[in-house]
Amino acid sequence: MAVVEVKNLIKEYPGGAGRRRPHDRGAVRAVDGIDLATEEGEYLVLLGPSGCGKTTLLRTIAGLEQPTSGDVLIDGHIVTGLPPRARQVAMVFQSYALYPHKSVYANIVFPLRAAKVPKEERDRKVQWAAALLDIGHLLGRKPRQLSGGERQRVALARALVREPKVFLLDEPLSNLDAKLRASARDELKRFQQEVGTTTIYVTHDQVEAMGLGDRIAVLSQGRIRQVGPPSEVYDNPADTFVATFIGSPPMNLVPRDDVIVGFRPEHLLPASAVPEDQAVTIRLAVDRVEFLSGDRHVYGTALGIGEPTRVVARLPATLDVAVPVGEEHEFAVARERLRFFATDTGKRTEAVERP
Amino acid sequence: MKVRLADRPGALAWIFLMPSVVYIIALVAVPFFLAIGFALSDVTAGDPSFDWVGLRNFERAFDDPVFWRSLGNTFIFTIVSMVLVVLLGKVLANILVAQFKGKWIVRFLVLLPWTTPVALSSISWLWLLDSIFSPIDWVMRQIGMLGSQDALIKPDRNMYWLGEPGLAMASVIAVHVWRLTPLAAVIMVAGLVAIPRDLDEAARVDGAGYWRRMFEVTIPMVLPVAAVAALFGAIFTFTDMAVVDVLTNGGPNNATQVLTSWAFFRGIDGGDVGQGAAIALFLFPLLLAAAIAILQAVKRMEVR
Repeated sequence: MAVVEVKNLIKEYPGGAGRRRPHDRGAVRAVDGIDLATEEGEYLVLLGPSGCGKTTLLRTIAGLEQPTSGDVLIDGHIVTGLPPRARQVAMVFQSYALYPHKSVYANIVFPLRAAKVPKEERDRKVQWAAALLDIGHLLGRKPRQLSGGERQRVALARALVREPKVFLLDEPLSNLDAKLRASARDELKRFQQEVGTTTIYVTHDQVEAMGLGDRIAVLSQGRIRQVGPPSEVYDNPADTFVATFIGSPPMNLVPRDDVIVGFRPEHLLPASAVPEDQAVTIRLAVDRVEFLSGDRHVYGTALGIGEPTRVVARLPATLDVAVPVGEEHEFAVARERLRFFATDTGKRTEAVERP
Repeated sequence: MKVRLADRPGALAWIFLMPSVVYIIALVAVPFFLAIGFALSDVTAGDPSFDWVGLRNFERAFDDPVFWRSLGNTFIFTIVSMVLVVLLGKVLANILVAQFKGKWIVRFLVLLPWTTPVALSSISWLWLLDSIFSPIDWVMRQIGMLGSQDALIKPDRNMYWLGEPGLAMASVIAVHVWRLTPLAAVIMVAGLVAIPRDLDEAARVDGAGYWRRMFEVTIPMVLPVAAVAALFGAIFTFTDMAVVDVLTNGGPNNATQVLTSWAFFRGIDGGDVGQGAAIALFLFPLLLAAAIAILQAVKRMEVR
């Protein structure tokens, strides 16, 4: 177990056309001044759209990339200049990167042989890891003879045997089909709780992030937008990016004067379903209703709370109010559910009452 | 609507195949069976009439110590060249895939030997290895390895590269290696770049150093491709007589005689077509084995 910390980390790549002349302009900042620290034994998820720098950040922590400036610390020691093998980290790649010419056993034992662990102990540890991940019966096979889920577990076992200080997982579920992904997610979480190793997990999938993370760090364009527990990130997004990136459908944002008013679709309900003393009324010109596994998604234009804006309301299956398409309907949001963002910066601001 | 020729795949297939069928029959099959026929006859350059002599040409070839010497030399050349070609090809391939300044000029220079016609390059080597005017000897004299009483190697002014049996063989092998290494390197570059980058990175995170990554990940992954490179090279070396013919003409005293050159000397220069054909036929089973091995290696790659 260990604490991983990055301090003012910057990673620049030379721009595409200027690759031959490294001092050309057009350099891309993949990681743009990130400060972040895990807690002991924490499951930290780096979440962001593709190209936001999350994988680069992970690879820099692993030592596969050298930062342009800034430091990586593991357990308080600066490891910035050290090669991956000196960092005591283990990584699971998106492709799993199993050695195709080696058997499952040889794959798992590889890090131990590299660490010059005595043969008997190696064998014992492989058996332990295989038992933990329930792949003992696969040890003699080659990776190509395994299913996607089995490969993922072999990759985890290979990361696990060395008992690293930190696990780094780079979208390990993205190669699995939807059904397997749900059970693998559950397994990943239980597995981490069992071994208690600090884990940094990269994903672009907010469902994975919400389900797995003790805390989520939301990244965009090489910067951290918000770090916090899933409920915090969901309920109190730090800016409009986080508000719209997390949640499906995303938070509704309605411009009003110099602020943006935000509210989650599930909080926009027919006025009759919101207690009257704290209801902020919104008229909704309904133009479409979708039925999605019980819930109703109501699309329309919100009037009377700010500029007319298209919004979505998510009505739970338990609510029986009729919402006819093509009519204006009285909706409301509880006052405490409203969030406010500054129009110019997009950052959260204090609640602003209507003048 | 009439069915046109373009609508009949069977007929089209034959039309398109015809040129290669004609080519194979005229330039491969006919000469091959002709060679078998000659090997069993007493045809000579002076007397082209065909008389059946059974296996007498083979018996005469086996009785000749030069034949056995040529056979042994062929194997030595091929095996030593291939070991060196694969080793150097792997090293060169690593250089070719590395990122550094001036990469294109290095690539250009590396590939140059392969693009030079073999007769031309062999003649250049003949000059480089000349018994009196060799520039290599001149360099060695300048740095004190030759030509004085306290010289490092010997006091003579020249090495006589192509005059001493051992040196002549080493020279022929060296030229072969020089010629074939670029091809092997290019084939292995194809193998190297096909290895997913993840694998090398996984090995780095798993704590493996350079040599462990090289021997446990990179080399096993390029092995099928390296095998193809080696087998291609082996066939090229095995069937090549240009280098031997230009450099040493089989000499000194048959020290660098190989099957191809010996068959040529007996059959064409010596005019004994029957015996030349008999000797040349010895290449066939060996090349057949190499071809089968190549196809096997390719099949293994497809499975992976």
